[in-house]
Amino acid sequence: MKILVGYKRVVDYNVRIQVKPDGTGVVTDGVKLSANPFDDIALEEALRLREKGIADEVVVVGIGPADLTAHLRNGLAMGANRAIHVVTADAMQPLTAARVFQKLVEKEQPGLVILGKQAIDDDANQTGQMLAALWDRPQATFASKVEIADGKATVTREVDAGLETIDVDLPAVITTDLRLNEPRFIKLPDIMKAKSKPIDTLELASLGVDSGDYLKTTHYAAPPKRSKGVMVKDAAELVAALKQKGLL
Amino acid sequence: MSKVLVIAEHLDGKLNASTARAVSAAQAVKPEAIDVLVLADSVAALAADAAKIDGVSRVLTVERGENARALAAVLAPQIARAADGYSHVFVPSTTFGKDVAPRVAALLGVAQVSDVMSVEGAHTFKRPIYAGNAIVTVEAEPSHVVVATIRTASWPVAGSGNSAPVEALALDVALPAHTRFVELKQGASDRPDLQSAGKVVSGGRGVGSKENFDIIYTLADKIGAAVGASRAAVDAGYVPSDLQVGQTGKIIAPELYMAIGISGAIQHLTGIKDAGTIVAINKDGEAPIFEVADFGLVGDLFKIIPELEAALG
Repeated sequence: MKILVGYKRVVDYNVRIQVKPDGTGVVTDGVKLSANPFDDIALEEALRLREKGIADEVVVVGIGPADLTAHLRNGLAMGANRAIHVVTADAMQPLTAARVFQKLVEKEQPGLVILGKQAIDDDANQTGQMLAALWDRPQATFASKVEIADGKATVTREVDAGLETIDVDLPAVITTDLRLNEPRFIKLPDIMKAKSKPIDTLELASLGVDSGDYLKTTHYAAPPKRSKGVMVKDAAELVAALKQKGLL
Repeated sequence: MSKVLVIAEHLDGKLNASTARAVSAAQAVKPEAIDVLVLADSVAALAADAAKIDGVSRVLTVERGENARALAAVLAPQIARAADGYSHVFVPSTTFGKDVAPRVAALLGVAQVSDVMSVEGAHTFKRPIYAGNAIVTVEAEPSHVVVATIRTASWPVAGSGNSAPVEALALDVALPAHTRFVELKQGASDRPDLQSAGKVVSGGRGVGSKENFDIIYTLADKIGAAVGASRAAVDAGYVPSDLQVGQTGKIIAPELYMAIGISGAIQHLTGIKDAGTIVAINKDGEAPIFEVADFGLVGDLFKIIPELEAALG
């Protein structure tokens, strides 16, 4: 079985996001970029399925500008067999990304597509579900446990009410939650090895995908700040203050 | 004029309060009608509850055995069909809505607006990105139906003095059999629900162990609060993951939030930004949680909590 893994590059999760004073975006010049953490988890899960003999090939997919190659090399160093780079200079909205994946799915015929549940830049949490709809296949979102057997995936999902388990026929789309696994670290020899792994490069235009970028972002703002409150000296003063506000 | 279809969220025969919050967001669109769609295997009680929500014009029901569980692949084609004639489809931005809404949007070939915090116009919305560290204004394509998830913490629960008519909807939609429900393990608890509670007491890594977490439960029970936890406490195995508050857990807006032994990582603060009053108790006076707390108390939580309980009487 072949597994396609979405591998998006985002502003590193440790970077303190600054909104540009003119409201046209967030500052991304010179900030550290990394793999979307949920995508690292997706890749790790795919690699584990390959190591168990359930999958035989893991393909990482990136959509982005020419310099995305270095990022995809990280995915290869982590252990993916090969990479597909869909080249576009423009940022892409989830529906378009899902349509790109749909084209790649038609071409690659994977048994499983694993994506992060959301990217930590736009926090949209849409692409996996949209791909599953376009592909007319099952989706198992927010996965915290995946078991594959007999052409089915049994997936435990982190839902608000607790842990839900569903069974889905393959092929299917799985999106990862935080506790699915802990991604491995990339070792130096693997970085060397990754240099000889193939990266297929496709121009976005060559896929014949209709743009689904229907949302216009017109303004960026910093969130309203909570003002710092007061320090109380002991429990009695705290209880008195909360009672005064009618909270206790 | 706008017409909004709100998708009801429910579990175990009970309507989730997230539905009435989504109705509040629908009212902000100033539509000519707000209809609530109930998809279930047994709709009567749910529809009766939905009919009480203020602002609702009609409750539409689809009663099918396949709708016993909220499986996105099963619900989405029905919602997409029912959306015909509406300008907006609103779904709560809970794990239920986050799962199903994008599937609906893709079936309709339209973009989705995730986590709507405010409605600026029929097609203009504000939503958080970068874990709430930036707020963007987005404009949806006016010729498309707007599929949106509604950030529940940003919207009040609409009142319940209504008695809207209930109508069964006949949808001729073939449903897939490729997705099957197996089980749901719920954190069994008599405590208020974390997502909707008015008061929440949360513990962090400072609580120190699973056993020590009893002190959090006891305090919560004393003031009738739900229990939450930081990601650090969940990762350390003190409590199950459904108690996690924060960007990757639940985003909540209780009137009172007590953060105990929680340092206040950005990802946690994102989950409590909309709380009414935040209380922080931590032994480290430099902890970032104090920057956002309305009331801060520096000290040993194992000494302070018993004192709090004594002061409560």
